[in-house]
Amino acid sequence: MARILVQTADFDTGAELARLTAGRSDIGGIGCFVGTVRDTAAGRKIAALTLEHYPAMTERALAGIAAEAERRWDLLGCTVIHRVGRLLPGEPIVLVLAASAHRQAALEATAFLIDWLKTKAPFWKKEELADGVAAWVEAREADTQAAARW
Amino acid sequence: MSDALPLTVLYFAWLRERTGVTEERVIAPPGIASVAALVDWLAGRSAGHAAAFADRAVVRCAVNQEFADPATPLHAGDEVAFFPPVTGG
Repeated sequence: MARILVQTADFDTGAELARLTAGRSDIGGIGCFVGTVRDTAAGRKIAALTLEHYPAMTERALAGIAAEAERRWDLLGCTVIHRVGRLLPGEPIVLVLAASAHRQAALEATAFLIDWLKTKAPFWKKEELADGVAAWVEAREADTQAAARW
Repeated sequence: MSDALPLTVLYFAWLRERTGVTEERVIAPPGIASVAALVDWLAGRSAGHAAAFADRAVVRCAVNQEFADPATPLHAGDEVAFFPPVTGG
């Protein structure tokens, strides 16, 4: 059963890793992806990023993606934490952890989880540029292709 | 001909901004049995709705919190959400 959280608060990656492995010795590796707010987009300076989501659907969608990862790989634990609200450049947005007996499953499942999350979970980013203009981020074809490779 | 459909319609991101609506309860008239038909009808509700649905190729939809498509059938009491392609992560 995956640990799924959607929250405004920051997350503690070390504490999440410790939580995943607490009291067990069957795990051989944990894949970890942390997404952070980049300060530029298409060559323009970003002042902040605001993440909106569909609360009634978000956790269900993330749980569905995690369940699919658990179906495809032998996972011994899985954590997905996604932040919402207004975030500044450098701040963490998303944490994905996938634990398995062996590294290949852990690393592949981690990549799968973030690729699918980007195209199948109801979050939307709005960028505030340094000059005060705000614009919704458009979906990228590269992200669709990354999700389709699985 | 189907009956009139009571629905809850939600809008996110720029669809919320263009419609000026976060959530609305609507009674769709008889004959509206799919997402595509609902979009046609909603687009006539205001200039903002028309702007939100001007380019339907970039509008995504969920029915009862599951991703849906234009052909998805609708039933009384459904929650229908409209939004742009997702950009999380």
